[in-house]
Amino acid sequence: MGFKSYCFKKSLWLFHFGGASCNNCDIEILDCLTPRYDLERFGMLLVGSIRHADVLLVNGSINKKDKPRLLEIYEQAPKPVLVVAIGACGCTGGIFAEGYTFAGPVDNIIPVDAYIPGCPPKPEAILAGIVKLLGKN
Amino acid sequence: MGTNLFYFLVYPGFLFMAVIGGLLSWFDRKITARVQFRKGPPLLQPFYDFFKLLLVKETILPARGAKGLFLSAPVFAVFGATMAGVFILLPLLNITSGFHGDLIVIFYLLTIPSLTYVMGALSSGNPLAAVGASREMKLILSYELTFLLVMVGIIIKSGQSIDLYQIIHAQQTGVPFIGSFSGVLLFIVAIFCLQAKLAMVPFDMPEAETEIAGGIFIEYSGTPYAMIKLSKYILLFILPAFIMVILMNGTKLEGINILWAVLKLVAVVLLLTLIRNTNPRVKIKQAIRFFFVWMNLLAIIAIVLAIFGL
Repeated sequence: MGFKSYCFKKSLWLFHFGGASCNNCDIEILDCLTPRYDLERFGMLLVGSIRHADVLLVNGSINKKDKPRLLEIYEQAPKPVLVVAIGACGCTGGIFAEGYTFAGPVDNIIPVDAYIPGCPPKPEAILAGIVKLLGKN
Repeated sequence: MGTNLFYFLVYPGFLFMAVIGGLLSWFDRKITARVQFRKGPPLLQPFYDFFKLLLVKETILPARGAKGLFLSAPVFAVFGATMAGVFILLPLLNITSGFHGDLIVIFYLLTIPSLTYVMGALSSGNPLAAVGASREMKLILSYELTFLLVMVGIIIKSGQSIDLYQIIHAQQTGVPFIGSFSGVLLFIVAIFCLQAKLAMVPFDMPEAETEIAGGIFIEYSGTPYAMIKLSKYILLFILPAFIMVILMNGTKLEGINILWAVLKLVAVVLLLTLIRNTNPRVKIKQAIRFFFVWMNLLAIIAIVLAIFGL
């Protein structure tokens, strides 16, 4: 493992994109940053601007209004950027998959590096997903 | 020439300040984590962040903006911080005695990072960056006068000398300036000025992440953002070092005194971190009033006390 990829893995900054979510996944993502789970011990920070982000967390069902916004956010991110689809809606569409406003799960729009299923996934599941993501590259 | 380059680039210049500043930045984040009952990042975290931004990430230029100024602003920020740091650390570490009037030169050099942040933000063409830049300008206008009044107090206390070396000498032969009543007032005012200069939480309106999404740094990515991080690390080291020079007796680099020097530096950073962790962000109007009315008042009281020798 080279120096560059080591530094990249030790300092992942997260940017959170919430689609048409029911807010459960948003709350579980925020749970990961609370004192009990503390993602900062792995060097992860929640950043305010997509220009600083290394990981794009996408949750919620992506409907027709969200799709162009998600694409634009992805194009604005400096590469390399990892995309993580969180929750049943982000991975497959969940119960919204048949809806008439649904515009495809996240991997129909942008390439996804890790899927974390669950409705909502527990913070432990999100941590496990991120650990697997780090092991993959 | 060779010695000067060594001073500027290696010790006590760029490399030394970057390493110590990175470690202090880790200390700041670790204390923040401990205050919030978290575990906190590993020791080398600021360096991982820096090298990730420098080597791995793509640099994106704004489509409608002044690209040259956008890219050169972080370089000037690092340059200004390093230059000021060299002039502070040369007398502090007792390497050379500095030159006549270096207090005033340092005062001007310390404003360069903030000014270049403003220029870089305005050249990015992003409306949120413009909001952040206007806040940063107002913040500069409010704290600079107060910082100048602190310097005036120091000059009066040291017997009309504007050389850092003589200021340190006056304290080491007599008592440290913080040991007097006016010195304590000047210390309080200087700590709040530092907080504003470092854009730490009570005064972090320029880069308010939850409000204007990164503010002045919103468009920066990759290498330029790494430069900005580097200038922040350097400032986190040299500004507490400057407080040590003007108020806390400087350092003597022999025997047990090295430990005291480190402890003084860490104590100032700890104070800044604790203020940052126990206060909410104020509005820009409140910050201006805080500096223009209360801090200036305290500084003027301290100056009057200093004139009477208290």
